[in-house]
Amino acid sequence: MIKIGVLELQGNFESHHKILKKLGYDSVGVKNSNDLECLDGLVLPGGESTTMSLLIDSFNLRDSLLDFSKKKPILGTCAGLILMAKNIENESRVNPLGILDITVDRNAYGRQIMSKKEQINMKFNSKLVDFEVTLIRAPKIIEMGDEVQVLLDLDDSPIAIYNGMHMGLSFHPELNGVTLFHESLFRGSVNSNFQAPGNINAA
Amino acid sequence: MGKDQFNVKIGLAEMLKGGVIMDVTNVEEAKIAESAGACAVMALERIPSDIRKDGGIARMSDPKMIEEIQKTVSIPVMAKCRIGHFAEAQVLEALEVDFIDESEVLTPADEHNHVWKHDFKVPFVCGCRNLGEALRRIAEGAALIRTKGEAGSGNIVEAVRHMRTVMNDIAKLKSMSKEQLVAEAKNMGAPLDLVMQVSKTGKLPVPNFAAGGIATPADAALMMQLGAETVFVGSGIFKSEDPEARGKAVVEATTNYKYASKVLEASRGLKSAMKGLDMSEIPEGERLQERGW
Repeated sequence: MIKIGVLELQGNFESHHKILKKLGYDSVGVKNSNDLECLDGLVLPGGESTTMSLLIDSFNLRDSLLDFSKKKPILGTCAGLILMAKNIENESRVNPLGILDITVDRNAYGRQIMSKKEQINMKFNSKLVDFEVTLIRAPKIIEMGDEVQVLLDLDDSPIAIYNGMHMGLSFHPELNGVTLFHESLFRGSVNSNFQAPGNINAA
Repeated sequence: MGKDQFNVKIGLAEMLKGGVIMDVTNVEEAKIAESAGACAVMALERIPSDIRKDGGIARMSDPKMIEEIQKTVSIPVMAKCRIGHFAEAQVLEALEVDFIDESEVLTPADEHNHVWKHDFKVPFVCGCRNLGEALRRIAEGAALIRTKGEAGSGNIVEAVRHMRTVMNDIAKLKSMSKEQLVAEAKNMGAPLDLVMQVSKTGKLPVPNFAAGGIATPADAALMMQLGAETVFVGSGIFKSEDPEARGKAVVEATTNYKYASKVLEASRGLKSAMKGLDMSEIPEGERLQERGW
């Protein structure tokens, strides 16, 4: 059975556990480095990146998370994506892990009043699928290294990316019960699922 | 305002789970709260214990002060409006605060009606003492519920009473038949559809946080174990001797509320907590929790 951890420092871990259980995986909470043993993958959930970044250091998790990222896939949503970034524009309060070669602009989509639901249409396994996702004070990906590929665009900005091992999403699939991103990453089938990067429009 | 918009509002509340929301009165305090690990701040001119001491009418804070805090921190910024004062709420929405607390800490503007919160794009949090009150606020559009506790008292007893009452009320609904639920909806003065929903799911339709009297890391751990999903700390941080250390300790204890050894670590060697008030020192009629219904 696939066993996936969800980092439980602060934020919305519950909805990720629900998605992982829906996929038939064993899902466990991660609060210290021992919890990372025997996992097949990890989710960095949404929440506040400042808080999570501070707690990663208070609880001495930084090195273990970096070691883990060399061996196993990590999925970051929203604040999780910010934590995985290499650089954060105009932001010194968060010390990111640098797992994804990207620069993000935190809360670039505005305050809570600008948060919204988006209808997504995209090709997945050569079939057209549509679903809703939620953006909440979402970060914008403004720069990417060469090995980073775009899985999904919204209004000409990437909102889902993959670097061959890890995935970062600026939205919350877990709030709308969307399982395909978790499934694709943790089954190791991202490249075959998303054959045509950029071949996607948001309605 | 559609169901979609309501779910987006609940979405931000979901992101605040497992954290600590701190009351701050100026930019310096906001910075301290953020670096202590707060997942949001509540910007207000006077913290509840000072409002209690000063007396007079407590109103919405000066927008300039809220704005300065918005510019200073990157975490969500909340602000309070008076109960029923929808014009103050409109001002806070125009200011683009991330959450509005329609709060009993301020002097109520309307003794009969709360704000119709579905009219707003900004999400609202409201206080409650029991499930009926929580469901009335949710029916009006609150995307987040917190216990009222007794703000500014530094005394956890009322927050415990309110959280236990909400949890007991929920447990009771779970075992009731449909016809009993109709009678219970009438008794608790809550809309039947929400009563039915709670009976089926066994939880509130929106996140459930604790507030009112939290002053120590163990207070936070207590409220989390009783079922709170996040804690608000008002006077407890900045009325203590070393706010930054205490703030950080409460954040760490909230993350690890199930692990006594971690709460122990967080509690050790903190300077004095706020002094606090016994409930007998607050005459009935002066208790903030009695405001609103």
